[in-house]
Amino acid sequence: MELDPLILSRIQFAFVVAFHAIFPVFTIGLASYVALLQGLFVATRNPLWERLSIFWTKAFAVVFGMGVVSGIVMAFQFGTNWSNFSQAASNFIGPLLSYEVVTAFFLEAGFLGVLLFGRHKVPAGLHLFAAIMVAVGTFISAFWILASNSWLHTPDGIEFRGGHVFVTSWIDAIFNPSFPYRFAHMALASFLTGGFVVCGVSAWYLVRGREVEANRKALSMTMWLLLVAAPLQAFVGDEHGLNTLEHQPTKIAAIEGNWETQSGAPLLLFAIPDRGIQGNHFEIGIPKVASLILTHDPAGTIPGLRDTPVDEQPPVWITFFSFRIMVGLGLLMIAFAIAGLLLRPRGRLYTSRLYLRGLQFMTVAPFIAVIAGWFVTETGRAPWIIYGHMTQAQGLTPSLTGGMALFTLLGYMAVYAVIFVAGIYYLTRVVDHGMEDQIDEIERPMRPLSTTHVSFDKENPTSRG
Amino acid sequence: MANIDLSIIWAIIIAFSIIMYVLMDGFDLGLGILFPFAPDEDSRDVMMNSVAPIWDGNETWLVLGGAGLLAAFPLVYTILLPALYIGVFLMLAGLIFRGVAFEFRFKSSRHKRWWNLSFAGGSAVATFAQGCVVGAYIQGFVTEGRVYAGGALDWLTPFSVLTGFGMMAGYALLGATWLVMKSEGHINQWARRLIPGLLFGVLAIFAVVGVWTPFIDDGVRERWFGHIQIIWILPALALACAFGIYRSIKAGREVMPFLLTMGMFVFTYLGLLVSRWPYVVPPKFTLWDAASAPESQLFLLIGVLFVIPIILTYTAWSYWVFRGKVRVGEGYH
Ligand code: HDD
Ligand code: HEM
Ligand code: HEM
Repeated sequence: MELDPLILSRIQFAFVVAFHAIFPVFTIGLASYVALLQGLFVATRNPLWERLSIFWTKAFAVVFGMGVVSGIVMAFQFGTNWSNFSQAASNFIGPLLSYEVVTAFFLEAGFLGVLLFGRHKVPAGLHLFAAIMVAVGTFISAFWILASNSWLHTPDGIEFRGGHVFVTSWIDAIFNPSFPYRFAHMALASFLTGGFVVCGVSAWYLVRGREVEANRKALSMTMWLLLVAAPLQAFVGDEHGLNTLEHQPTKIAAIEGNWETQSGAPLLLFAIPDRGIQGNHFEIGIPKVASLILTHDPAGTIPGLRDTPVDEQPPVWITFFSFRIMVGLGLLMIAFAIAGLLLRPRGRLYTSRLYLRGLQFMTVAPFIAVIAGWFVTETGRAPWIIYGHMTQAQGLTPSLTGGMALFTLLGYMAVYAVIFVAGIYYLTRVVDHGMEDQIDEIERPMRPLSTTHVSFDKENPTSRG
Repeated sequence: MANIDLSIIWAIIIAFSIIMYVLMDGFDLGLGILFPFAPDEDSRDVMMNSVAPIWDGNETWLVLGGAGLLAAFPLVYTILLPALYIGVFLMLAGLIFRGVAFEFRFKSSRHKRWWNLSFAGGSAVATFAQGCVVGAYIQGFVTEGRVYAGGALDWLTPFSVLTGFGMMAGYALLGATWLVMKSEGHINQWARRLIPGLLFGVLAIFAVVGVWTPFIDDGVRERWFGHIQIIWILPALALACAFGIYRSIKAGREVMPFLLTMGMFVFTYLGLLVSRWPYVVPPKFTLWDAASAPESQLFLLIGVLFVIPIILTYTAWSYWVFRGKVRVGEGYH
């Protein structure tokens, strides 16, 4: 069999962007958290807040560094593998990505230095300002990149002339129909990610009885955040789905695993969608509920996949299962948030081992949910690269051969495997090292990862290089 | 508005971000290339510390160059990247390993050797790949319609390998002169001793490339041996800088060699630009062929003209904060 550059490029894009994405969702949430801690410290002068802020700034620095390195790769992906797409869409995508660089990346880079290393060089107020600017920068970055991505799903404000996109209204193109939903959903996803990581790590310390006072504070405030954010996410997700029903009915059909357009469609809890037979195996569903959710009417009509020609159908089973993973985890998050509230009386929130252990496991949940969510969105768009206008096959780089694509795919996998293992190992070392004796360490570190003076090697935790 | 040529303004902005990138990331990549030859581990610490606070920001100019090309001259972006596919991957892989090594080396005692290797290897590979890009650019690209139509390894020729080595020598020279400025004692002495050799290497490759280039392309020959003689001032100035570097090193100057090396890069770069102007995807497409829609160029220009001065201010400020010599054992970390 010939190596297919299209499939390989799709896998490569999904791989590098998913790898990149796990860092931003974390840093967006954490940047706001660090700014909040810093603000509490400035307002109350309680040293506990400063301790927490120093510790979480260290973790932030490590993740941010990995986000930068993997992001530089993303900047070149569009040109190397999707050059026809880039050429067609450049009039819109180009300015947006450039605006991201000049308004977000330079802002983040600018104030990051002060945030990480300026704690004792600048007044606390200025330091707080830097923390806020970094947090703002991450949101500006998300704004531009999600505007470009949403536009690929629901293109608006443009016209095609001679195979090229021309922008007729920047406002319509940037604030395209799916953008507000995607931005809200992604912002909440970032808060959930930051929140569950903070909770999980605090729980880990509490189980070990380390730094109890600070970690109780951290856990408590973060659980309040989750109590708001988790249910809100389900609500926003639902609205997002309604919007998708309007603009990308095929994607909804794939999410629901619904082949025949029908009224009173069931909500499938499990099924194995099969494009070959244009139907499902092993369906388990609740009658009429899908119609109820999507149209707010048990007899409402839900689009079916068979309305779309077979070669324009998305890879249904990926969309279908990814969606169930995301929603399942979302419901689990709500359950954890509510359980936390119920455990508050008599402080069992801080002492119930079972619950704290559970929180530790939940640390990975938002990451999985985020990647699953992107798989829903992106596979549900297939085979379109610009929905309704250009297919992935048309967007591919013409000179790309299967061999070239395979070479770089394996290359990125190898490189990222090394970096990822080293990074995770290092983060666990930061956590393990803890916040007990960090005050003297913060004097003069000058680079992102070196704010963390933890030795990379287990045997020698105090070496400072 | 109509009589202002946006494409020319954009060509200047992009050319500016590229040379910013080359100068700023150039010296820290150069330090990576010199890394294995450093006299001892202390010197390596000083070398890394001298660029640690700034290298991050330096690389952002590369991202701006890439995104800016996509926005203002999409044709350049969509022909060069496919043409340089393998080379771009190697460069990115190099930059990743090098970036991570920066951060992990100091925390490591057992694995230090590996991070040293990853820093030096990553820097060398990334630099070599960038040099090949320059060579491939001078040679031009095979296109059909508006897409690249050549093979995966067209960019790898004896000529581009030569420019690859030229880039390594050039960045190493930038790194060595930077180190003269930022270090003292035996490290300073060591860096000084390297400079004449590196300078000679750069000039030798410069000469070969200079003689070779006009034979590669008629347009380039026409440009240099045609009627616009004023452009010969550029290589003359580059040579004057080279001479100045040698003199200032002998005279024991600290800052001058670095400034003159930057000057040498700038004049060589300008020489390269005039060789091909106004072609941005040689040999076929001019910058007007490659331009994006005027409304897109304008939309972005408004923001960029406003933000770039702010970025430059910040950059200058952060260099100011970290001015002065770096001493053994008193790193920034
Ligand atoms: C919702 C958020 C989000 C998403 C979907 C993406 N990014 Fe990103 N990116 C960020 C949020 C972000 C960030 C939070 O702003 C980062 C993380 C670390 C950093 O420095 O900024 C970042 C870093 C980052 C960098 C490095 C910036 C630097 O040098 O400082 C580049 C070049 C990109 N990204 C490019 C992309 C591209 C081309 C993407 C998609 C195809 C993409 N990112 C998806
Ligand atoms: C950051 C989180 C993101 C994740 C995890 C993600 C994931 C994915 C996945 C899994 C695919 C493959 C779909 C398929 O081939 O069936 C894909 C495709 C694609 N995505 Fe995203 N995506 C993300 C963000 C973005 C953004 C921000 C953009 C653009 C601005 C984008 C542009 C594309 C394009 C152009 C494709 C088509 C190429 C392809 O099908 O592989 N993605 N993405
Ligand atoms: C609990 C109920 C949830 C519902 C009903 C829901 C609904 C949806 C829907 C319908 C989409 C596809 C949008 C489209 O492209 O058409 C989506 C995408 C996505 N979801 Fe969820 N979601 C839920 C929970 C979560 C959680 C808990 C997370 C992560 C913490 C998450 C992260 C994402 C991400 C990252 C995307 C892709 C980006 C986007 O299109 O917004 N979702 N979600």
